[in-house]
Amino acid sequence: AMDTDLSSQDRKDLDKFIKFFALKTVQVIVQARLGEKICTRSSSSPTGSDWFNLAIKDIPEVTHEAKKALAGQLPAVGRSMCVEISLKTSEGDSMELEIWCLEMNEKCDKEIKVSYTVYNRLSLLLKSLLAITRVTPAYRLSRKQGHEYVILYRIYFGEVQLSGLGEGFQTVRVGTVGTPVGTITLSCAYRINLAFMSTRQFERTPPIMGIIIDHFVDRPYPTSSPMHPCNYRAGEDNGAVYPSVEDSQEVCTTSFSTSPPSQCVFTVTKTHFQTPPPVVTDTLKVPVMGLAFSHQLSSSRLSYQPAALGVGSADMGYPVLFAGGLNAAHPHQLIGAGKEGGIPPIPSQPAHGTQADQERMCTPLDGVHYSAATPSSSEDTETVSNSSEGKCGSPHDLLETIFIRKVGAFVNKPINQVTMANLDIPFAMFAPKNIELEDNDPMVNPPDSPETESPLQGSLHSEGSSGSSTGNTHDDFVMIDFKPAFSKDDILPMDLGTFYREFQNPPQLSSLSIDIGAQSMAEDLDSLPEKLAVHEKNVKEFDAFVETLQ
Amino acid sequence: APAMNCRAEVLEVSVEGRQVEEAMLAVLHTVLLHRSTGKFHYKKEGTYSIGTVGTQDVDCDFIDFAYVRVSSEELDRALRKAVGEFKDALRNSGSDGMGQISLEFYQKKKSRWPFSDECIPWELWTIKVNVVNLANEQERQICREKVGEKLCEKIINIVEVMNRHEYLPKMPTQSEVDNVFDTSLKDVQPYLYKISYQITDTLGTSVTTTMRRLIKDTLAL
Repeated sequence: AMDTDLSSQDRKDLDKFIKFFALKTVQVIVQARLGEKICTRSSSSPTGSDWFNLAIKDIPEVTHEAKKALAGQLPAVGRSMCVEISLKTSEGDSMELEIWCLEMNEKCDKEIKVSYTVYNRLSLLLKSLLAITRVTPAYRLSRKQGHEYVILYRIYFGEVQLSGLGEGFQTVRVGTVGTPVGTITLSCAYRINLAFMSTRQFERTPPIMGIIIDHFVDRPYPTSSPMHPCNYRAGEDNGAVYPSVEDSQEVCTTSFSTSPPSQCVFTVTKTHFQTPPPVVTDTLKVPVMGLAFSHQLSSSRLSYQPAALGVGSADMGYPVLFAGGLNAAHPHQLIGAGKEGGIPPIPSQPAHGTQADQERMCTPLDGVHYSAATPSSSEDTETVSNSSEGKCGSPHDLLETIFIRKVGAFVNKPINQVTMANLDIPFAMFAPKNIELEDNDPMVNPPDSPETESPLQGSLHSEGSSGSSTGNTHDDFVMIDFKPAFSKDDILPMDLGTFYREFQNPPQLSSLSIDIGAQSMAEDLDSLPEKLAVHEKNVKEFDAFVETLQ
Repeated sequence: APAMNCRAEVLEVSVEGRQVEEAMLAVLHTVLLHRSTGKFHYKKEGTYSIGTVGTQDVDCDFIDFAYVRVSSEELDRALRKAVGEFKDALRNSGSDGMGQISLEFYQKKKSRWPFSDECIPWELWTIKVNVVNLANEQERQICREKVGEKLCEKIINIVEVMNRHEYLPKMPTQSEVDNVFDTSLKDVQPYLYKISYQITDTLGTSVTTTMRRLIKDTLAL
């Protein structure tokens, strides 16, 4: 029924827009984590080759990875495209920093014009992405990468995996665009607890690239697509020439470079790496899989407790408990991988929300874990054990700053407008849509208003039809006739309505007013010398008192 | 006619004197990034093609912060000029360092002679600034970081507003394009805008200075 509303040309256009939007999204994100400033030129004459009228370069390797992850599919309900950004130290500790998610939900906007409005809004969304990628904590980390750590990216397609971000991660929404086949949403979940890093001093080590590859191979779940460093130099003997992005019929994406590609993209200088780093794809031992964990959203409420679940889960970043959710119905099959041969197929069991069930499922999988994780050298063993130590260790001072970001609110925003950070459910935007709270968003159907027990509650929330953010509710609505329900009380002579009206605008507490505050502070300051003298006189008494406490 | 309520957004920042310019530029450029398109090229039969907008990263010197702006030297110059004047006014006014700078997007509505064209605003961004004085280097360092964090929040706020997809002027025909867009720049095309500022002097009253369009004044005005 949906397709009859959308002409086939529109449908084709829409699919193409979404596909290239996804590819450009990945480019923007990865380029924002390269560690250097990006600069592209404006061009007044349309070249016909810049998608969404924005000059965004295409790094061929990144497009290649994105296409591999997408495997010809488009983001759809339950199938999101995710770009995971993580940090890896020279000693092999790694930590997920961000997950950027491009998703589709079912809310359709049938009226919207595909070739015009959707296209322009996707362009606007890319601009927002450019802006937002510079304001999450990982941006500053990525600008300083090279000596002690590098930033890696990984693209996967399927269900979003947030477990590696630690507790209390924050989310920021980049934006949404409604289309006739669903609403595209782009958002980022980012770690705020950066305290896992170990206390060891980092020293220059031989190429970080080597450690990246080895560490990756140690993963017992070679189900994840490989990590790639955001910046690396393509070796001279690089046989893997990535095909340039293929042209489509009309508008196509060709690279729009304003500077020589070898300089722009691959920035590693000799001071960072002692030996030429190998090319990622050549040394990968593990074939690429697109399989993703399909864990229920409710499991995001379980706190990640590596200690409780046994050895080995801590160092991998994917708690073993989530393995229970592996869904063998997923089209990609686990093929035998790893150095030592095949991995037994994971039983397909639906993920349960309870801790107990997941612990049960861990037992058969523990065997899998140990057989696959066969470090072939002592160096690898050290890496594995060090990282588990590092993860469970006490917070440390290398990266002490804890970035706390809240989804911002304007100064005058009405108090009753809930922001994502306040919601009880972590990562609420991935929760089932019936708790969608963006009722200001015209693209999104307004949620059913909560059942009001009383007109009192209803009138408090009615702000009229004004869409712009305004002051507090007192300014916005005028009560004409106020009939609160359940308001008659035999005990009090006053009814609820009168009470509400009378106490609606209480006067400011006098102790909070500045004048009195300032006055009393001035008085306090004046009396300080006196007080100090008294205390000094009584110092022996104080000392005796302190003695009794010890 | 579309609803001509001008939506208004207000952002507030507290910064040190030397951070004023970078903080204002960061906000203004972020808004203009979203409110600029490529140059329109009209073809026959009322269709048009759109040029390409480039972008670039800008690092702040006095704030731990970076932002993205449209790659257009003309636009950057215009904003720097406005922000420079605002900063000077703040410094010279002898006020306690409070003021606000506004970026207004408007449409022109042609009127018949003898009436001059109307400017009808459709979006107004106001940045309220409070300049603080710091005592020592340690405080300054903390301020660098704190203001950087605050600006990150402001960018998120701006993007939230942009994502609401509220009223935007309709895409104009060739004859109307100058009523909606500023077509005077050679590489990008922002919506028609004007920047003005007010300094709040110590008495709490405001001294208004309105600057006309920075790029080109139209004859009608």
